[in-house]
Amino acid sequence: MKDTKTESAASFDVNDYLRQDRMPHFLCPGCGHGIALRALLWAVHEQGIPKDRLAVVSGIGCSGRLSAYIDANTFHTTHGRPLTFATGLKLARPDLHVIVITGDGDCLAIGGNHLIHACRRNLDITCVMLNNEIYGMTGGQVSPMTAEGRFTTTTPEGNTEPNFDACALAAAAGASFVGREVTAQVLALKTLLGQAIAHEGFSFVEVLSDCTEIYGRKNDLGASPEMMLAKKSAMRPYAYRNTVDVPFRPNALRTGVLTRTDRPEYGAAWRAMAARIRNEEH
Amino acid sequence: MTAPSLAAAPPALTGRRNLEGNEACALGAIRAGCRFFAGYPITPSSEVAETMARELPKVGGTFIQMEDEIASMGAVIGASMGGVTAMTATSGPGFSLKQENLGYACGAEIPCVIVNVMRGGPSTGMPTRPAQGDILQARWGTHGDHAVIVLAPASVGEAYSETIRAVELSETLRVPVVVLLDEVIGHLTETVDLGAVPETPGIARPFATGPREGFLPYAETADLVPPMPRPGDGYRSHCTGLTHGPDGFPTQNPAVAAAALTRTTDKLVLHRARIESWREQATEDADLLIVAIGISARAARQAVKDLRAEGLKVGLFRPVTLWPFPETPLREAVAAAGTRKVLVPEMNQGQLVLEVERVLAGRAEVAGLSRIDGETLTPDEIAGAAREALK
Repeated sequence: MKDTKTESAASFDVNDYLRQDRMPHFLCPGCGHGIALRALLWAVHEQGIPKDRLAVVSGIGCSGRLSAYIDANTFHTTHGRPLTFATGLKLARPDLHVIVITGDGDCLAIGGNHLIHACRRNLDITCVMLNNEIYGMTGGQVSPMTAEGRFTTTTPEGNTEPNFDACALAAAAGASFVGREVTAQVLALKTLLGQAIAHEGFSFVEVLSDCTEIYGRKNDLGASPEMMLAKKSAMRPYAYRNTVDVPFRPNALRTGVLTRTDRPEYGAAWRAMAARIRNEEH
Repeated sequence: MTAPSLAAAPPALTGRRNLEGNEACALGAIRAGCRFFAGYPITPSSEVAETMARELPKVGGTFIQMEDEIASMGAVIGASMGGVTAMTATSGPGFSLKQENLGYACGAEIPCVIVNVMRGGPSTGMPTRPAQGDILQARWGTHGDHAVIVLAPASVGEAYSETIRAVELSETLRVPVVVLLDEVIGHLTETVDLGAVPETPGIARPFATGPREGFLPYAETADLVPPMPRPGDGYRSHCTGLTHGPDGFPTQNPAVAAAALTRTTDKLVLHRARIESWREQATEDADLLIVAIGISARAARQAVKDLRAEGLKVGLFRPVTLWPFPETPLREAVAAAGTRKVLVPEMNQGQLVLEVERVLAGRAEVAGLSRIDGETLTPDEIAGAAREALK
């Protein structure tokens, strides 16, 4: 049997997809975003997407800065709005592969409404949300994904708001592909991102990243390996569903492909409708 | 992908038509090559979106109603980044919401046209009543120093031709252009000759065509308009709202930052002759000059006729390009006629009058005439104020 994993690893050099003149990057030591970026570029490589046809649109925050490192057509937009820019770009240029990189604050707080409607519309965009549970760029304020009780600069006595399940939100809003993975499982993450990119329609992937410097330090969560392992142990692959470990891990988040449906892609539906109108005119 | 061109106008856009101002804006944009519209319903501008929804599919364009005003501005910029000419339309509250992304388009130099049909404000205000309260918001609505062009049509025909000019200026200069209508012009129905449009030779956007290696997306060219890289053409450049140098990447280098910002504002100064547009009526010997835009200028036109019939030397100076304000033409008109008094009637508490005062700087005595009750200024009101001023 062909060992595709090894083959892919051998042919993939992340440096081929990075702007070398932008190095060194600005991410903190231990930040999970670099792992996520590597997995994403690996998935792009495996999908055989030419760099000239790749458009990466990002918002504001630590996640937003990643687009500048990618050797592609890159757009660093406004806070919370990358999905809106990506919607215009993809509709205007269906020939491009449009990937959005966003964070939990960018995507779920200021940009929450855009996420809901991007899911509903089902335009062929891949939305990669790097969830590190914090506003890192601005110095560590509470985010919609910060767990209850956690300390941040704006919850000095501990967070009293609940967080929520972004994947459940995306699925409920109609995203035709929804998945979640942790940075500790880089191969699984790469595979999931590849499936999301290949999916025709709106795909939403939540990447559970870690903010060691700001969030981890303030909450005494240990260094990056400890944070990643803690996240990993709180996960349960979706493939297991409600099997063995349920009684032991009642609060485990599911990872892997969570939703995949086959419904009309918005851009194609629009173009078909427009073509019908033009034919009727003539 | 072909560059937008007047020559490629769809056959439906010819002949004389009865149109309302909002429809004329939409058809003008399509005539000028606009092939993408994203919008959100808002009175009194919704007919622009409705016309686009009907007409754009016929010419291979794309219409989308987004989830909010912010999203529609984002989508317009995204489409334009993809190389497609794009427009949105809104009114006061929506215009406020669009300001952050509008600033992005200013900073990143992404061509786009924003139609703002002014209604009574602040806040929800008087949605169906006319006003001219966004004169300063159109200029300074987004934060930070920035360049923006604002055109102010005063008829349905001008709504058509000025939207064409808005697309042309936006595409060729890589700057957002606001088409500032008031509710009356937006909903006024007049006859427009859709064929009577001057061929504008340079409507196409300057796209990058040179070598990919070492390409600088924001290089300082002689005309200060850097050719825009189109995704897919091999440039693989970066675009950001952060202050960026010629390479397109964020910079905090003081010299690079200052030069980059200065270029985007110098650009409009350099091309001022092309951007500026104004109309004069009976200004040659005017003792009193009225300066007005939109429907207030329409009322002023009648007031000038009435006052001239009484033997009073009154003229009208109407900026069609509102921003950058045609300051030299106004100064010259005042100097040539030896004008003593200037009257600025406007449907707000006094916005345009501030600019006129600044421009004339004591060359003539400037007075404002305000109306903010949701009704238009009438010719009689303006004539009365003019008579009073000339006493």
